[in-house]
Amino acid sequence: MEMESAQLFAMAIAAGLGVLGPAIGIGMIGGKAMEAIGRNPEASDKIATNMILAIVFAEALGILALVIAFIIRFV
Amino acid sequence: MAFARQGDRSPPGPHFVYITLLCYTISMTGVLAHIGSFLNTVLGTQIAHAAEEGAEYGSSMHVVLKAEQIGSLFGFPITNSLVMTLMATSILIGFALYFRKKIGMIPGKLQAGVEMLFEGVLDFMTETLESEKLARVFFPLIMTVFLFLLVANELAFVPGVGSIYIEYMGTDIPFLRAPAADLNVTLALAIIAFMVIEIAGIAVLGFFKYAKKYVNFSSPINFVVGIIELISNTGRLISFSFRLFGSIFAGEVLIIVALFFAAYLVPVPLIAFEVFIGFIQAVVFSMLILFFIKLSIMEPHGDKAH
Repeated sequence: MEMESAQLFAMAIAAGLGVLGPAIGIGMIGGKAMEAIGRNPEASDKIATNMILAIVFAEALGILALVIAFIIRFV
Repeated sequence: MAFARQGDRSPPGPHFVYITLLCYTISMTGVLAHIGSFLNTVLGTQIAHAAEEGAEYGSSMHVVLKAEQIGSLFGFPITNSLVMTLMATSILIGFALYFRKKIGMIPGKLQAGVEMLFEGVLDFMTETLESEKLARVFFPLIMTVFLFLLVANELAFVPGVGSIYIEYMGTDIPFLRAPAADLNVTLALAIIAFMVIEIAGIAVLGFFKYAKKYVNFSSPINFVVGIIELISNTGRLISFSFRLFGSIFAGEVLIIVALFFAAYLVPVPLIAFEVFIGFIQAVVFSMLILFFIKLSIMEPHGDKAH
């Protein structure tokens, strides 16, 4: 395989697989947060803040994968 | 003391406190920009150098990982993201100077809005840190980071950013680039955040008590937990800087790719989404500093049963 095509494959795989985990994580966080708000609607402000915080932590991993994909492709 | 003169007439009300804080905030923003330019010079990252070779066989889309140099001043390189950083800073300073003149005891619309924002943030910080004194100590920094990132991120959607080109060393280079799409800027902010978090812990708890969180010989499990905490603390530098850099840079690339495939209509909702992302990232960055400060000023585990 040529270098450039290998790079394209590597970028696609890195971005695609790297985003998979955080996607599942964010889905679970959002779902659980909705469940919690349903159980206790008064605490929705606090839950929403913490939910965004947790989502950001999960999202950081996806973004890390994306940055690596960019580095593979453009560096 | 700028407000001492005015304070002679009447006792300093809450307005004076906010104005001092705002000035404080603005002056610190200037410091940030300078640190950014300094880091640009000192920490020319590995990525930065490698990108140059990569750009040659890249596609027709102009996607470059590092901020490009568009000139130099006294031997210091001036990059396109530095120009934008200075623009964001000067907008904030200009707004502060304009706002300072308009302040009255009866707030207008603008003043009411700014006061509402500041009061809301201060209330939230007081609630989180459980102490108004500490909240007032950390408020200037956190508000600075928030305002700076907000202005910097939203400024990237002004027409002309990324489309006005300038010639330097024989190549065409975009004159402006979103500040947070440069790893140097985000790394500078991350280092500031890291230092503040650690120093806050030492200042509030005392050196030995703070060190006990990380080096703890009371039991093997506590020792391992301390080491893990130490590593995760250092890892914050990476996660802080790459989160902001990654999301802003990825947003830019997303818009460029969308423009490349279908111009005019498709990128519009994406741009709207990126405007939202820029705001969220500014909130998240400042909120994370606040939460980590809260974590580091908490009493170490095992001292008290809670």
